Amino acid sequence: MAGQNCLVTNDWICGEYLRSRSQELTDATVQHIWITAVSVAIGVAVAFPLALLARRSRRFAGPVLGLTTVLYTVPSLAMFSLLLPLFGLSAALVVTGLVLYSLTILVRNILAGLEAVPLEAKEAARGMGYGPARLLWEVELPLALPALMAGIRIATVSTVALTTIGSIVGRGGLGNLIDDALPSFFKAQVLAASVLCVLLAVVADLLLLGVQRLLTPWTRISRTRDAVDTAGAAKAV
Amino acid sequence: MGVLGEAWTWLTTGANWSGESGVAHRLGEHLYVSGVALALSCVIALPIALFLGHIGKGGALAVNISNVGRAVPVFAVLALFMVSPLRNSGYVPTIIALVLFAVPPLLTNAHVGMTEVDRSVTEAARGMGMSGGQLFVRVELPLAYPMIMTGLRSAAVQVVATATIAAMVGQGGLGRIITAGFNTYNTPQVVAGALLVAVLALLVETVLVALDRMLSPLRRRRTA
Repeated sequence: MAGQNCLVTNDWICGEYLRSRSQELTDATVQHIWITAVSVAIGVAVAFPLALLARRSRRFAGPVLGLTTVLYTVPSLAMFSLLLPLFGLSAALVVTGLVLYSLTILVRNILAGLEAVPLEAKEAARGMGYGPARLLWEVELPLALPALMAGIRIATVSTVALTTIGSIVGRGGLGNLIDDALPSFFKAQVLAASVLCVLLAVVADLLLLGVQRLLTPWTRISRTRDAVDTAGAAKAV
Repeated sequence: MGVLGEAWTWLTTGANWSGESGVAHRLGEHLYVSGVALALSCVIALPIALFLGHIGKGGALAVNISNVGRAVPVFAVLALFMVSPLRNSGYVPTIIALVLFAVPPLLTNAHVGMTEVDRSVTEAARGMGMSGGQLFVRVELPLAYPMIMTGLRSAAVQVVATATIAAMVGQGGLGRIITAGFNTYNTPQVVAGALLVAVLALLVETVLVALDRMLSPLRRRRTA
């Protein structure tokens, strides 16, 4: 009796809802993961050259850091709406907004990681005849990896949460389910989508932590990882 | 350029500023809700953070709270409130959600600021015969001040930005101008609303930077 009726009585927890709408939940979760992953990947691809540029000279560092910080203060609903004339109602709109937000966290973490590489290590590599590219790829990058991964983790977790706002243009993954359930006060759907969203963030964070451990086996021996969190606070979602 | 021009026209049309859903009323709602939430968050977070920092405990708690805050979407929290009986209590759902999201940055920053006060300085102060209370007010608080203000700034900007989301669940604030524009396919209005919110967030940031400089204990000492 309870199985069928929880949809009628609008319970918070409803097994029947999870069973009958599992396809819808899966689709939304897949869209959510897809949008988050693409955003973070593009974010890293854009943030890396920006961080290298900022490191090259003070002249670039000011504008790069300033601009990415200003972008971060733009409220998410406003950001998605401001991009609307450029992209229309598309997933590209949501992804672009999320990429812009992730830049603040990523650029600062990559920069901090690269600047923390010991001078002796760089000089030793140069003495061994390493060129700039090989120095970056084989010495600086591996040493900056913990800071880089810390940045990616923070960016991913806040992007998972921010993606929900994409529901304003119908591309918000699990946010869409929340948005759809609001007018009818459909409690089970709101709760299920919210919980899935938080779970997604936690799982993504743990996965990235695992990747970080695999990529930096040497840090486990010497010292614990220190996360560089220069962005300060989580982005308002 | 066309849309931006139309958005400007929307903004400069007097009729869009008056009435229940006009800019002036929405701005008032936005500032009221943000202000109350920020004040409440300070009242909750600062005493806890400063006390824990003073006695030198609870660091892990502050960091964990901050990390949890990152993973929870405001939209989901607001939506949960709006399908619960709380939906009939006016601004309460928005304010609670905003407080939940403003407390972590305030708590973490104030706590970090307190624990980063140089050990040798506090020991010197104790050596000079300062009591715990004197140490707190005259040494720890002024030295932790920059971090506390950084926390306050990120909390304030976050609250103003997040208050926009309240519109997505039908609560008041500037976000309503954006969502109303979406629902009527009025792109100029959407862009105008977004511009208003973005400008407000940057304005709050600027005001707080100025306030920070004015209130800085180190500056006061120099002028006195």
